[in-house]
Amino acid sequence: MSIDQSKIRNFCIIAHIDHGKSTLADRIIEKTGTLTDREMQSQVLDNMDLERERGITIKSQAVRIIYKAKDGEEYIFNLIDTPGHVDFNYEVSRSLAACDGAILVVDAAQGVEAQTLANVYLALDHDLDVMPVINKIDLPSAMPDEVAKEIEDVIGIEASDAPRISAKTGINIDEVLEQIVAKIPAPVGDKNKPLQALIFDALYDAYRGVIVFVRIKEGTLKAGMRIKMMATGAEEEVVEVGYFGAGRFIPCDELSAGMVGYFTASIKEVSKTRVGDTVTDTARPCDKPLPGYKKVNPMVYCGIYPADSAKYGDLRDALEKLQINDASLQYEPETSLALGFGFRCGFLGLLHLEIIQERLEREFALDLVTTAPGVVYHIYKTDGTMIELTNPSNLPDPSEIDYMEEPIVSAEIMVTSDFVGAIMTLCQERRGVYKSMEYIEETRALLKYDLPLNEIIYDFFDALKSRSRGYASFDYELKGYEKSDLVKLDILINREQIDALSFIVFKESAYERGRRMCERLKEEIPRHLFEIPIQAAVGGKIIARETVRAMRKDVLAKCYGGDISRKKKLLEKQKEGKKRMRQVGNVEIPQEAFMSVLKLDEE
Amino acid sequence: METIMVYIHVPFCVKKCLYCDFLSAPADEKSQSLYVDALIREMERKYNKLKDRRVKTIFIGGGTPSSLSEENLSKLLSAVRDVLKPDCETEYTMECNPGTLSESKLKTAKKYGVNRLSIGLQSMDNDELKLLGRIHSAEEFEENYLLARECGFDNINIDLISSLPGQNKEAFMNSLRKAIAMSPEHISVYSLIVEEGTEFYDRYHDDVLKRDRGEKTLFLPDEDTEYETGVALREYLKSAGYNRYEISNYALDGRECTHNKGYWQRKDYLGLGLGAASFIDKTRYKNEVNIKEYIKINGDNVIDNLPLCDEPYFEKTELSAMEEMEETMFLGLRMTEGVNLLDFKEKFGVDMKNVYHSQTEELVMNGLAEIEDGCFRLTDRGFDLGNYAFGMFLFD
Repeated sequence: MSIDQSKIRNFCIIAHIDHGKSTLADRIIEKTGTLTDREMQSQVLDNMDLERERGITIKSQAVRIIYKAKDGEEYIFNLIDTPGHVDFNYEVSRSLAACDGAILVVDAAQGVEAQTLANVYLALDHDLDVMPVINKIDLPSAMPDEVAKEIEDVIGIEASDAPRISAKTGINIDEVLEQIVAKIPAPVGDKNKPLQALIFDALYDAYRGVIVFVRIKEGTLKAGMRIKMMATGAEEEVVEVGYFGAGRFIPCDELSAGMVGYFTASIKEVSKTRVGDTVTDTARPCDKPLPGYKKVNPMVYCGIYPADSAKYGDLRDALEKLQINDASLQYEPETSLALGFGFRCGFLGLLHLEIIQERLEREFALDLVTTAPGVVYHIYKTDGTMIELTNPSNLPDPSEIDYMEEPIVSAEIMVTSDFVGAIMTLCQERRGVYKSMEYIEETRALLKYDLPLNEIIYDFFDALKSRSRGYASFDYELKGYEKSDLVKLDILINREQIDALSFIVFKESAYERGRRMCERLKEEIPRHLFEIPIQAAVGGKIIARETVRAMRKDVLAKCYGGDISRKKKLLEKQKEGKKRMRQVGNVEIPQEAFMSVLKLDEE
Repeated sequence: METIMVYIHVPFCVKKCLYCDFLSAPADEKSQSLYVDALIREMERKYNKLKDRRVKTIFIGGGTPSSLSEENLSKLLSAVRDVLKPDCETEYTMECNPGTLSESKLKTAKKYGVNRLSIGLQSMDNDELKLLGRIHSAEEFEENYLLARECGFDNINIDLISSLPGQNKEAFMNSLRKAIAMSPEHISVYSLIVEEGTEFYDRYHDDVLKRDRGEKTLFLPDEDTEYETGVALREYLKSAGYNRYEISNYALDGRECTHNKGYWQRKDYLGLGLGAASFIDKTRYKNEVNIKEYIKINGDNVIDNLPLCDEPYFEKTELSAMEEMEETMFLGLRMTEGVNLLDFKEKFGVDMKNVYHSQTEELVMNGLAEIEDGCFRLTDRGFDLGNYAFGMFLFD
């Protein structure tokens, strides 16, 4: 059966976080009867437990839907879901490359937000047609007309006929479906040309090997064909091709130009498949690879160690598996005196780090110790060389350092006018350099600041939310590196330096950070039989100190009428707590303590 | 002849104290009566299966056993006499609380063979008693105590609680001195544990967390106060002739509580009543904790053809040899006599010091324990840091 290319629509949904992207995807799938009621579970496309729990989309997901339009024709929709968070721009970028158009969801009460803009610009970069939809019109505070006008004014796309919908209650979903047919362009491409397909995602299956997600730009992909990955040079024979049911892979005979689907080729080596690579026919190769998309470099690094050092190999395998469909995750082995063997891992942002950490813990049942995240510093040495520092422990001796540079981001913060002052103060505190402010409408302003990345990776987002009562939204991109006065802050516990607790800090903040770090650690480290000094030092000079007092009294004396089991349970609970400790010298340090630096600003 | 200890639980009180998380609550007389009937049936049925064992001790605890009505109390005590057949050799304790005792109840107890009273005094300071939610005053305690003496009770324990909110060392020592002035044969001092689900938990839990971290507390005595109170307490009791034989228990010569010690020596005991714990033939049991369910299980139409170990229980754990070792240590170390190394070897076929090499080394090195007269035991410092020491003897 040959599929008429003009009846295919490949699109994604883009939105600011919480504007209802996944709910709309659910409704579209439901309306088109792709799933039976039993299969329909809220947020179908958010496959991972983690995604459902947090209500965010982390990984791209794709699904094929058959829609019978009012013109009587049947259309094939390939809906590709994309993440909404700023950390996952690279994921969005990947998904967009597989699409011809995008539905832009805007919350009727919140209007355009920073990420709305960021995502639209990404879509326009990929030459996609953007079709706006105004969601949540069932909310009492909905202002669909104002929001439509805002979309036109701020983004500059026609929005007067944007469907006004409620994905939650199902209002006007039909209109969305009709507009997809009318406004999203059909794919172009010739099924008889040499194969040219873009890999936009992949995942690892224990039985079938790597499952590669592709968008066929030109030509046809069939089982039995010998194909070549143009960047890695790997050649394989295709075992199966197919498309995406909701949560299922459905095999078919062939995928032709304009289609979205998957293939398997018994690929066991993960490294052979690279997202962004172009697949072609070995027998009849295309002349050049597709542009792919820009590779993103990690911005945040931290050390990840198995809590049980015997699990080092498991951790390595798990990281390798996660990297298959998350090319931006980088890792290399490192050793810490305090934590043993582990990996220095690179992430796109703090949320990305948290997600990976949680996935490692849940999907691979690993118990981890994570060190404080840091950014990549450029260290210019007196001998004229430059090193990229990802682990504070590797900072050369100060006498060898000429100067240091830290990464700076351009940040856009959208905030209601009442909170402009509070947010400006926050940016000031974080060493931000004011760039500009424009009022998008009377009550909302777009603030632009340059901020050092290391000031925003910990808790900037939380601080932003709390100081604007949740009304501020935020997006950033790397601007470049700037010279900065930085020092390494070391922590000594019981007079022993703990490498995993060192971090790089702006010199002027060193005293304050050191003091708070000592206070934090004092709370985290349980008391021992002896007194434990906790000290912060810069270049060997102690700048702050706290003491964990020796334990003098700790008894559990009560007798519960001979209920010995209850007594034992209490002792076991106490012991369980001890297991999550790391022995450093003769001091036991709880695993959470290694993340203490993250909590320095909490009160 | 093998022996057994018997614990009997009375889950009723006049009013729940604010710190209490025992299975106990006020109830009307009708419910109490239904419960006592079920309890007696349980006793008859279960002891019948242990008939070859002599009852060495009986302990009626609660709740407040003395809060039972005259009628229910007599019914229970006469059944105990008929079934368990205590004699003058049997240590037979009943817990009671000031404010619930009367001459006739005391006489009833005496008549049916109770030969030891354990009085929940908790404090001799009326403000503290109020804070705890107790129903009695210090004066009422004194009256009750003297009445008990008049009725012929010559073996009395007094319970005190230390580390009360707002209590400094002097305040506690005052209570203690006043209690000792009454010349009890035995005294128990437990430090207040703020248990989840109690009124005290809501009030003082934050303080507990602070104290655990060695920080300043708002209401509860801080760790230094606790420590210093502990030192003053044991020195004072020693000078007054009371020997510490267990972490929280002190007695005049020959007045140690055999029943209480039996728990730490891992002697077998049969627990009767709501939520009561038993330990028989290396197996720990816990009775049903829901009173309606408990009464149903022990109804008058229960067909009794199950061996004791297969009766319905809320929890049942057969101990492995490892678990027995753990218990031998963390229970045995509660006693000043400690764990007898020969007994350990005889029971388990291995040397304690081989099984727990690093633990014993560390404890001895840090002055928390010592080996003397063939026994491994905690020092005063070891008792102060009991949790730390006990926890070390659990296997991973």
